[in-house]
Amino acid sequence: MNESIEPGSALPRTPAGPVVSLRGVSKRFGGVRALVDVDVDVHEHEVLAVVGDNGAGKSTLAGVLAGAHRPDSGQVLVDGAPVVLDSPAAARALGIATVFQELALVNDLDVVENLFLGHEVGRGGFLDEVEMERRAWQVLDQLAASVPSVRDPVRTLSGGQRQVIAVARALLGSPRVVVLDEPTASLGVRQTAQVLNLITRLRARGHAVVLVSHQAGDLQAVADRILVLRLGRVHGTYTGETSYEDLLAAMTGAVRPSPGRR
Amino acid sequence: MNADGMRGGGRTLAAVDPAPEPPRVGPGAVLRQWFHGEHGVAPIVVGLVLVWVVLAAIAPDFLSAENLVNLTLQSVPVGVIALGVVLVLLVGQIDLSVGSVSGLAAAIVAVGTVTAGWPFALGVLVALACGMAVGLVYGVLSTRLGLPSFVITLAGLLFFAGVQLRVLGPLGSINLPFESWFVRAVQQGFLDPRVAWVLVAVWVLAYLGTQIWARERRRRAELSCVPWSQVVLRTGALALVLSATVGYLSTARGVGYSVVLFVVLVIIADVALRRTRWGRSVRAVGSDRRAALLSGVAVHRTVVSCFVACTTLAALGGILAAGRLGAANQGTGGADTYLTAIAAAVIGGTSLFGGRGSAWSALLGVLVIQSVANGLTLLDLDQATRFMVTGAVLLGAIIVDMLVRRRRQEA
Repeated sequence: MNESIEPGSALPRTPAGPVVSLRGVSKRFGGVRALVDVDVDVHEHEVLAVVGDNGAGKSTLAGVLAGAHRPDSGQVLVDGAPVVLDSPAAARALGIATVFQELALVNDLDVVENLFLGHEVGRGGFLDEVEMERRAWQVLDQLAASVPSVRDPVRTLSGGQRQVIAVARALLGSPRVVVLDEPTASLGVRQTAQVLNLITRLRARGHAVVLVSHQAGDLQAVADRILVLRLGRVHGTYTGETSYEDLLAAMTGAVRPSPGRR
Repeated sequence: MNADGMRGGGRTLAAVDPAPEPPRVGPGAVLRQWFHGEHGVAPIVVGLVLVWVVLAAIAPDFLSAENLVNLTLQSVPVGVIALGVVLVLLVGQIDLSVGSVSGLAAAIVAVGTVTAGWPFALGVLVALACGMAVGLVYGVLSTRLGLPSFVITLAGLLFFAGVQLRVLGPLGSINLPFESWFVRAVQQGFLDPRVAWVLVAVWVLAYLGTQIWARERRRRAELSCVPWSQVVLRTGALALVLSATVGYLSTARGVGYSVVLFVVLVIIADVALRRTRWGRSVRAVGSDRRAALLSGVAVHRTVVSCFVACTTLAALGGILAAGRLGAANQGTGGADTYLTAIAAAVIGGTSLFGGRGSAWSALLGVLVIQSVANGLTLLDLDQATRFMVTGAVLLGAIIVDMLVRRRRQEA
């Protein structure tokens, strides 16, 4: 399924081809077909939203991109060349960073310690706290994040701030693609706005953003394209302007004529 | 002692949120940080002073220099074991077998050197290697098979107590030659006061040097710096505590070699925990194992390393206990040794649930426990009273710790 978007839709067209593509990707867990023959293209300077009801295969799709799940069949292409994403580290090395739904932050460690956990900057066998703290401020500045102190344990931060820290950690490796799995699921209204704001900033910096969510309303605010999954299959790709009712209809299968659909 | 100089990176950025709480600076903040900091040792220091005041009031001899020298010597074997316990607790595990392993190590040294005629150093090496091997087995069982460490080490407690009896043989007690260098060093080896003062000076200057150096680097990187007053205050406090200790102990026999060994081990562990990648992994795994795994921390290796460090330190503690007693017997490392070591780590402020604690908690905790034991012995009170009082102190320490923690969370 190739995303030839309708003429007239206000999409930033990328000159180069997609950064990451999935071609015919299928994945099953036991008897459950989580993904069936899925094609996706992810472009730089673009927010691709992946929506669907519970069990539609959204998180599996994120897992495939993150390197957490290996597809049973189909190909993953980075810059048009087939690759194998068999671990989060492998995906990271290829420029795909993932922020998992549970964030994977360690509550007792402070912000700097969390940002560099597993990738600490050393200096003669010891940790280089000064350098890490400097870089931490740098990446948080880029995100225009508000964090009271980078030396407070993350347990003391709000949900939105924790989300920002998790995104900042993903950005430390200068990835080209950032995959966010349900970033707003546990957030309040204001914090959700903060995270959506963050996503548009990521796009402005040239990242390709894959935003997995089931909160269709939020996504319309930031998504350039919306990929609807239903029962593991791609049900269609919509523009960011598609109305909520049409998306809902596509997600649940209550078909009705949808002008946004190609 | 280890109040970290890097908290409160006081820079607030262009806020999307309404302005967050500004970082507090000022003398009050310094004190508050000492009490409520992540590794706050202040509550236990206050507790130790309280215990000493009470004991001094009811047993005037308690604070005599000679008795305090005894207290430091008594604290070393269990203190070394407690240091190992701190490491396994930090990584979120527990080791109940430290007593048996220490007893086994003592038995190996005694049998090796006395019965088999090995050179003493060889005996020590073999005993330490056995300790290390035990930790390796625990670590592999825990990480590969996912068995709970409580059960593995409970089995180890029984098993190695049996091995200890078998190694000691029918006699059940072996005296170490009194004239061997090791026994003399442990029982009668004391630092020349001049050397002790040089060591104090080196320690204080090294501390001051690292503070100034870190501050200078932070200033150059345009990060927030601790005020000079705080650097001076901390260095002064360290100098005061060390001078008072060395000065007072030197009016009697002085600072024992084994005490120096223990303090050096604590310093090494403290630096490793706070300033190395390994230490960071330990705290991360102990606090949230899954998040650490997803972040790319080598979880298995970290857990195994802590088990190995713990059992090796337990073995060393057993060897030191044998040296102090001049013998290894069936009671070495038996009875309440492991409970005392774990209680010391917890009284010192290390969480039983992983992730929170400090190497210094081994030293402070063991001082509290041994002070109680020592003071009650001076009063001619029996073992029964000692157990009951130690239990009460343990409970009190945990209650204080919980209250402090709760207040910090509300703050």
